[in-house]
Amino acid sequence: MKPPTRADLRSLIYREAQLIDEGALDDWYDLFTDDALYWMPLKRGQREDDVHNALFYEDKLMLKVRIERLKDPAAFSQNPPSHCQHVLQRPQIDAFDAKAGRFTTRTPFVYVESQLDDQFVLAGVAHHELLSVGSALQIRRKRIELLNREAALPSIQRFP
Amino acid sequence: MGYTDNPDAVAALVRDDAVHRDLYIDQEIFELEMRHLWPTTWIYVGHDSQVPNPGDYITADIGLQPVILIRDTGGEVNVLMNRCAHKGTRLLSAPAGNLKSAIRCPYHGWTYRFDGSVRAIPVAGGYEGTGLKQSEAYSGVVRVANVENYRGFVFAKLSDRGLPFHDYFGESLSSIDNMADRSPEGRLEVAGGVLRYMHDCNWKMFVENLNDTMHPMVAHQSSAGTARDVWAAMGLPEDTPKPMVVEQFEPFVSNYKFFDDMGVKIYPNGHSYSGVHFSIHSAYSQIPGYFEALTSAYGEERAREILSINRHNTVYFPSLTIKGAIQAIRVARPLAANRTVLESWTFRLAGATDHLLERTLTYSRLINAPTSVVGHDDLHCYRSIQQGLAASGNDWVSLHRNHDPAVETDIAGEYNGTSEVSMRGQFRAWRDRMVESMGARQSTLSRRKTEANPQ
Repeated sequence: MKPPTRADLRSLIYREAQLIDEGALDDWYDLFTDDALYWMPLKRGQREDDVHNALFYEDKLMLKVRIERLKDPAAFSQNPPSHCQHVLQRPQIDAFDAKAGRFTTRTPFVYVESQLDDQFVLAGVAHHELLSVGSALQIRRKRIELLNREAALPSIQRFP
Repeated sequence: MGYTDNPDAVAALVRDDAVHRDLYIDQEIFELEMRHLWPTTWIYVGHDSQVPNPGDYITADIGLQPVILIRDTGGEVNVLMNRCAHKGTRLLSAPAGNLKSAIRCPYHGWTYRFDGSVRAIPVAGGYEGTGLKQSEAYSGVVRVANVENYRGFVFAKLSDRGLPFHDYFGESLSSIDNMADRSPEGRLEVAGGVLRYMHDCNWKMFVENLNDTMHPMVAHQSSAGTARDVWAAMGLPEDTPKPMVVEQFEPFVSNYKFFDDMGVKIYPNGHSYSGVHFSIHSAYSQIPGYFEALTSAYGEERAREILSINRHNTVYFPSLTIKGAIQAIRVARPLAANRTVLESWTFRLAGATDHLLERTLTYSRLINAPTSVVGHDDLHCYRSIQQGLAASGNDWVSLHRNHDPAVETDIAGEYNGTSEVSMRGQFRAWRDRMVESMGARQSTLSRRKTEANPQ
C-alpha cells in the first residue's frame, strides 16, 4: 500500500470542512474511525484524561445522534436551518509517521455560522489525528481549541 | 402609562392564572426588577469551595450590580461591591483569582482589606484638611450586610427589605441538603469548569421552564427521541449496558403520565421542585463503590434515604436552579429584558468517586451547553416567545393548567407534576416582592432621615 503524501493529508482536512459546510454530514461521518472523538475542550491546556467539561466531546454515537437530529423536521431550532462556512489556513503537518500510518495536523480556522438574520464568528485551531486505514485516510481525533471558549456563547448548531 | 412609582400597575400584571406580556418584554419592568426584586431576594453569588484560601476571590453580579466574593484573613467569606470607593472603578476583572494582601485599585492604587475597609491611599497628605474622612469614600468598599453561607452556597441580599434567609427559603433548602449529603463528607467542591450560554430572552422564561414538565416530550423529541432511536437501531442485545448519553437523554421523552406522576412541590416565595416521587434521574445505573462509600459514612439506612431523593429541578427563586440528584446547578444572570446569561456549574462530591463528576459533566454538556441539542430547542422556544409576545391582540400568557383557586389559596403544597402551579407560585412571589418594595420606598427614605436627626 502506498503511504499518503502530505498533500493527501491536507486534502482530507479541506474536504472535511467542505463536507460540513455543504451539509453532507453522512459523508462527513464516514471520515471518522469507529473510535473517533470530536472534541472541543473548555479549559486551555486541557488533557483528554482531565475530569473537566468540554463544549463538544462526541464519540461516533453522539455524532450520529446530532446528524440524524438535523434531518428531523421536529428539530425546531433548525427552522429555518443554520449554515456554516469554514475558512482554513493551510494545515501544518505536525507528525508524519508513514510506518505507523499516523499523522497529526494543525489548522488555524475561522468559522462563521448563520441563521437568517443572525450570524456569529468563531476562531481557533483544529488539531487532527489521521490514520491510514487500508487505502483510506480517516480522522481519529479532531480537537478544536476555541479562541473564546470562556465567553457566554450563542447556540453553536453546526460543527466548527 | 408607566410602571415606575406605580405599584398598582405592576400588581395588575399578575393574575392568579395568567401574566401580562410586559413581564417579559418591557425594559422598564426589567429595570424595576433590578431595583426591587433582585435586591430584596436572596441571590446566589457563588460557592465557598471556589474561594478556599484567604485572598481567594471570584467576581459575579447580583442583577446588574458587580460584586466580589472573597475569603478574608479570618476565614470568613465576604461579599463586596466590586467598586472602588474613590472613583468607582470595578476593582477586580478576572472571573477568579488570589490576592496576597489587599485589593488594589488599578487606577489610583487605593488599597482595601478583604473586608472592604481602606488600607492605604497613595500620598494621603493630599487629603489633609479635606472632608474625605467624613465621606462615603473613607468607609471603603461597600460590604453587603446580608450574606448567608448555606452548606457552601453563598447567597446575598443587597437590601434590608425582604425576608430573612431562612424565612425566605424555608423547607426548600432540603434540596441543597440532599446534594451536599450525597458527599460521604457532606461537602461539595465546584469542579469541571463553567458552561456559559448566552440567551436572547427574558430570564423568567428559563426559570419557569425548569419545572415545566409539559414541554420535554415535544421540544426534545428531536434530540432525546433521536438518541433513543439511534441506540435502538443499532440492534444490540437487550442486556447491553446503555451508554451514559443514552441513559441521560431517554427520560426526556417519557410520556405525559411519567411527568405527571413525578409530582411537584411548591414552597412559599416562588420556590419549587418537581420529582417528588421519582424523576428523570431515578433510573440511572449504579456507580461502582459509591453506595459503599456512602454507607460507611452514614450507615446503610441513612445512605438509602439520601439516595431515595431524586428531585428533578429545584428553583430557588429568582436566580438559582439546582439538580441535587446529579450535583449540578444553573444560575440566571439577567442583562436586559431580552438578554440573559445562563451558567451551568458542576460539583465534585468530596470523598466520592470522580465517576459521579463525569456523570454530571456529561449531563451538563448534553443538556445545558451552548452546543447542546436539548439547549438549542429550549432556547429556540424561549426566543420564539420573546418575539411572539411582540404581537398585540392578546396581552396575556396563560398559566391555567390545573389551576384551582379553592386549593391554591396559599399555594404551598404538593401537586400533580404537569400542573403550571410552580409558575403561578413564582409570579405570585414576583408580584409580592415587587409591590412590597415599590410601596416601601417612601417609608424607607423617611426612616433614614429620622435616624440621622435623633430626637
